[in-house]
Amino acid sequence: MLRAFRCDLHIHTCLSPCGDLDMYPRTLIEKSITEKLDVIAVCDHNASENVEYVLTLAKGRPITVLPGMEVSSLEEVHALALFDDLRDLIKLQTIVYEHLPGKNREDIFGPQVIVNERDEVEGMNERLLIGATDVPLRDLINEIHALGGLAIASHIDRPSYSILSQLGFIDPETPFDALEISAAIGMKQARRQYPELSAYTFIKSSDAHFIRDIGREFSTMILQTANIHELKLAFEKREGRHVVEGD
Amino acid sequence: MNIETIVKCLDLNVFSGFDRLKTEVLDGYTGDLLSDVMANSKEGDIWMTRQVHQNIIAVASLKDHAGIILVHGAEPAKDTLEKALRENIPVMGTNLSGFEAAGRIYNILKEKKDATATPP
Repeated sequence: MLRAFRCDLHIHTCLSPCGDLDMYPRTLIEKSITEKLDVIAVCDHNASENVEYVLTLAKGRPITVLPGMEVSSLEEVHALALFDDLRDLIKLQTIVYEHLPGKNREDIFGPQVIVNERDEVEGMNERLLIGATDVPLRDLINEIHALGGLAIASHIDRPSYSILSQLGFIDPETPFDALEISAAIGMKQARRQYPELSAYTFIKSSDAHFIRDIGREFSTMILQTANIHELKLAFEKREGRHVVEGD
Repeated sequence: MNIETIVKCLDLNVFSGFDRLKTEVLDGYTGDLLSDVMANSKEGDIWMTRQVHQNIIAVASLKDHAGIILVHGAEPAKDTLEKALRENIPVMGTNLSGFEAAGRIYNILKEKKDATATPP
């Protein structure tokens, strides 16, 4: 049976240098459930160490967590990678780390904290997660697809690190599964602003870096169940699945 | 002044647009954000960038740039080069930094302009 799912496919944790320290797995899950979200994806910058703890906490709770990552391409375009299985995300993680130079400077970029399901600090990620990989965008999308994941362009309306700011326009051959618009503009405005992108499905996400941001934006999707296959059907508007665009 | 002058002065590698090196260069632009280059560069500009994605060819074509110079040893990505060859857009490369390349080209352009403004 098809029904409406409230989906926020872009939430950071305290692992992202710019993520608030209060964004640890438990607070993130509790706030997401309070906001009646049905599906969330945890997407830290170029990293994923907190995903397993969020998955653990989601067990038996009325929410589905998709393992994800926000990867920065060679062109410094941010793209979301979403998976069903944590193991596929870890495969992408291996590739990302092979292509991500530099070490973090906490005093400049912020701490990158790994927190487990018992709210304990497991350690720090020492890599320069705020940086960019040297993987060209097209190769990155192909890699995500090869691992069975979905590739979504992050916040296309934002003036930094979006495909439109970095690359000027989206070649219709670019095989993104969907494009994300930020909390800054509504769906109707986005459709008015980007008529040339009418072939792409748009989604809204919170891109939350603070607990208070969770729930501020999400997309309602008509699905049978919450998984990558169903999301793909919704992005392709097939078999009754779709994204409700709203305002 | 045409592209060929710049190629000689800066000892540039030419990747594509070999028969278009007589194209007149009117001014220059530097930028890696294609949204910015699309908004602010002008026809006849020689464009210096580190961006090697194939969209640079479309931007140079759209804006009628004289050509593109990839700085700091950057080389066009495979699909970028194919597109540049197909559309016959001059793409050059240099090991100079963007700062140095732009500085040198600025001086050459200025010299030529001054020379035209006040003939000896």
